[in-house]
Amino acid sequence: MIPVSLEPRVIAFTCTYCAYAAAETAGVSKLQYPPHIYIIRLPCSGMFRSYYVFKALYNGFDSVLWGGCHPPYDCHFINGNYKARVRAALLKSYLNQLGFEDDRFRLEWIAAGEADRFASIAKEIVKKATSLPRLRFLDNSEVVSEWL
Amino acid sequence: MGRVAVFLCHCGTNIAGVIDIQRVAEEIRKISGVAIVQDSRFLCSTDGIESMVDSIRSSGVDRVVVAACSFRTHEPLFQNALRRAGLNPYLLELVNVRELCSWVHEKEREKATEKAVKMIRAAIAKIQGNQPLERRKLPVIPAALVIGGGIAGIRAALDIADAGFTVYLVEKEPSIGGNMARLDKTFPTLDCSICILGPLMNAVAQHPNIKLLTYSEVLSIEGRVGEFSIKILRKPRYVREDLCKGCLICIAKCPAKADDEFNMGLSHRKAIYIQYPQAVPRIPAIDPSTCFYFQKGICRACEKLCPTGAIDFSQRGEVVEVKVGAIVVATGFEEYTASQIYEYGYGRYPNVITGLQLERLVSSYGPTGGRLTVPRIDREPRRIAIVNCAGSRDERHLPYCCRVGCMASLKHAWYIKHLIPDAEVFIFADEIRASGKGFEEFYRRVRLLPGVYIVKGRASEVRGNPDGTVSVMAYDPALGHGISINTDLVVLEVGIVASRSTESVRNILKLGVVAQGGFLLELHPKLNPIETAVDGIYICGAVAGPKDIPETVAQASAAASKVVSLLSRGYIETQPYTARVNSELCSGCRICVTACEYGAIRIVEKGGRSVASVDEALCKGCGACVGSCPSRAIEIPNLGLDQIEAMIAEIVR
Repeated sequence: MIPVSLEPRVIAFTCTYCAYAAAETAGVSKLQYPPHIYIIRLPCSGMFRSYYVFKALYNGFDSVLWGGCHPPYDCHFINGNYKARVRAALLKSYLNQLGFEDDRFRLEWIAAGEADRFASIAKEIVKKATSLPRLRFLDNSEVVSEWL
Repeated sequence: MGRVAVFLCHCGTNIAGVIDIQRVAEEIRKISGVAIVQDSRFLCSTDGIESMVDSIRSSGVDRVVVAACSFRTHEPLFQNALRRAGLNPYLLELVNVRELCSWVHEKEREKATEKAVKMIRAAIAKIQGNQPLERRKLPVIPAALVIGGGIAGIRAALDIADAGFTVYLVEKEPSIGGNMARLDKTFPTLDCSICILGPLMNAVAQHPNIKLLTYSEVLSIEGRVGEFSIKILRKPRYVREDLCKGCLICIAKCPAKADDEFNMGLSHRKAIYIQYPQAVPRIPAIDPSTCFYFQKGICRACEKLCPTGAIDFSQRGEVVEVKVGAIVVATGFEEYTASQIYEYGYGRYPNVITGLQLERLVSSYGPTGGRLTVPRIDREPRRIAIVNCAGSRDERHLPYCCRVGCMASLKHAWYIKHLIPDAEVFIFADEIRASGKGFEEFYRRVRLLPGVYIVKGRASEVRGNPDGTVSVMAYDPALGHGISINTDLVVLEVGIVASRSTESVRNILKLGVVAQGGFLLELHPKLNPIETAVDGIYICGAVAGPKDIPETVAQASAAASKVVSLLSRGYIETQPYTARVNSELCSGCRICVTACEYGAIRIVEKGGRSVASVDEALCKGCGACVGSCPSRAIEIPNLGLDQIEAMIAEIVR
């Protein structure tokens, strides 16, 4: 394998009914976006856990996208998107205090039909991640060994 | 560590045209725990599935990863393959390398291949934490509740009852019939409305499987799909249903008068009343707010004259409890408050009326016995204006189209020409939306009537004149300037909103609602227009959005068929991804209880401690509780914290 450690790495947590569906629609429509974004499907954006975001950043992802359904009424589970929004706002302020750049975490509402929006967000977030410095934590990752 | 079989689908060239499957296979084989890696041109074909089943059986693996398409397309197919091979179907992980990789990175084959490897590697790491899951079967009570006794509720109740199930039909008014009973005729066929509705109302009353609960309201609900328990308030009629024979002597002798709601306030009814002559059941109710006995303690004329002794002033409201497997909500619509459209003068001028008021005026059992007169002036109108989109398609009132106003305006023009042949009718409309079966033909028929003029412009104002007439102002784009037409009567085709009682019903049943008009929210606007977010609760008719009678009836039958298929199956299967609580970690803080929108989490005593417990029948598996838990004590199975951590670690590796 070619080492890809110097390329941006973005992880997207998406809800099944809107953001993930948009990613699928982007696929069906063959909308091209950079391959550096990896998608994890959750049932609902309301499953938001700050820990997932921290863990992803800690493990070496440059940037995290959290995708859900448009407020007020798109959420398949009544109001998971609102729960995500509240928790994400809290997380944003923590990340800020801890010195993370604003572009490290992004919350977006993407409807199932908004494939082009998903693709453009994916492009944008990968582009921003490229300009972000690689995070360095005391970890046994290759990044750290290269730094030591 | 489980032994994993990995199947790679080419999907013709959809995947293999971009991703180098052989290279992926090589990389995946290196991973510890992977027992076999096999590729197939079309894994979803019969051949592909057969060889998959054989390979799982012969290799003795206990977990399967399939790199193919979306879970929405073939997950049930592959799950079934696992089942056939003797594995629990939830030990499958489907990696979507088509929609999320090959299709979106067509020009970057090298990187797409690397990405596919990482995605599959993450799935292999994740599936090590998967548990076998089961869907549990829960019983279904073979009965249904229908809320609302309009045409939607009547149709749904009859369909469910005809299938052999008990139906409780709840109606807040003393009689069923709803808004359709108010209509004189129906467009575009001009059928007499009560003549086609009446037989259905009687069929409801006589159906052995239908328990009719008129003058009743839903108070509370408990339980879940299959086992709802509903408390219903039977308001006191002060007339005993078991004794009343429907002779209506009581009404003839009652001295007290009140505004007649059924006739849209155009006439008076007695304090003891039936809503209209065809009312079902034909049992009067006493309105205590106007009855002399309740207000002043005198009179009791009805009680003295009733030949069967059915009047009972001591009656109290009664709460009955019914247990049903499914619920249909059909609470219908009402007209938007016309007086809120200030410029049209409704409520200020007696000769400005709404469409439903016109229906009552021309009805043979309406306030005038079918003679069309200007209310309160009691003069036959010669020039009549019909104002379309009153409140509809208007950002200040209702932004949406009422769907029936255009056709109703044509029908109303026809009524007027039918009753007063030399009358002149002006319809003010931006456009006439006649997109239904027979609608355009009806439009043509009415348009060609002499003395019917369609002004293509929205009425801007209705102004009263000193002689008692009213003038309708509009901009006529054909003439290029404003016009003012002097008329005797103005009919507003008012927009429609969900009925007032919908609000309380939706709060009790915890249903979603759309922002404008208060209509109930369907599960999916295209694919699940009948279902709601609550399993076992269905919506139909105008409460689900503006619609005409045929659409309402079709939707009611659709709701009934959903109910019947649920009741006749006799059981429900729970979805397997129900949240699980780790009692040892749970501190009983109750945050998850408030996070759960479905009321699925309760606090129970376990080993002397208060801990959360999930009701599998209610849990939808959304994970809101997972995110809320500060102790990491609650998880969605097969999507645990350790599994997500493992995926993150594998992708970034």
